[in-house]
Amino acid sequence: MPLEVLLVEDSPGDVRLTQEAFREAGTRINLHVAADGVAAMDFLRRQGIHGHAPRPDFILLDLNLPKMDGREVLSCIKEDDDLKTIPTIILTTSAAEADVLKSYQLQANCYLNKPVQLDEFETVVKTINVFWLTMAKLPPRPDSGLERDR
Amino acid sequence: MTINSTGEDMLKEVLLVEDSPGDVRLTREAFRDFDKNVRLHVAIDGVDAMAFLRHEGAHANAPRPDFILLDLNLPKMDGREVLACIKKDENLKTIPTIILTTSDAEVDIAKSYQLQANCYLVKPVQLDEFENLVKSISDFWLTKVKLTQQPHGR
Repeated sequence: MPLEVLLVEDSPGDVRLTQEAFREAGTRINLHVAADGVAAMDFLRRQGIHGHAPRPDFILLDLNLPKMDGREVLSCIKEDDDLKTIPTIILTTSAAEADVLKSYQLQANCYLNKPVQLDEFETVVKTINVFWLTMAKLPPRPDSGLERDR
Repeated sequence: MTINSTGEDMLKEVLLVEDSPGDVRLTREAFRDFDKNVRLHVAIDGVDAMAFLRHEGAHANAPRPDFILLDLNLPKMDGREVLACIKKDENLKTIPTIILTTSDAEVDIAKSYQLQANCYLVKPVQLDEFENLVKSISDFWLTKVKLTQQPHGR
């Protein structure tokens, strides 16, 4: 069973780069994209057109988003007893210490800077892939008692 | 100890909460091989870990760790309790806390994420796999991840 990954990102260019980097890394994932914070919460709560959305195994979350920003999305996820166990990784261009601190206060699982260089961007996605998808144990899926198949 | 202000070449303070002397030694050696900028502090039980984090007793001059590697099965106060204490404390909750344990029981994984562990890693039994894991912790958490900056050595 492939892993379900939710990417919350408003830049189509960054979405494409992320998709390509995961594809190159060769891990079987289904990458779902939400282009703003409201769409992300709809996806997670299976509302509207997202009625059949799968529960993501982990979330990549940009901070600066239209409609509802990433800090608010993070706070909604981590205050929700059902959603809070989903590892939520901040992936943003902001290197501001205030954003780093605020994200950890809101219990982001980790904070990564989006590099501006193309090759570095690929490296970061590959590192996420190696660490979170092969090394780390992700939370068990609530709907199956089975060990996930990687 | 800060070499520059970008955080890239800074000495990292890591708290390892681990009661097995063999695993402490392996972790120490693996960090030494992969990352010279790590200063590893060891707490051998949960009470000791909380005293370190709260600068109590013998740990009055303990630095604030940049991140914590936490075993689950510990004497005196177990890792789940330590994790809960860290994540309930407004000051300590921002320290990334990584579970590093031999348990791969789903109940432990689920419980740790509920308590807001930053991630969960299973300690491999093979020596080379253990070294590989420490290397990826070092590659990911010490190189790629942005940690909060805080005054060291308080």
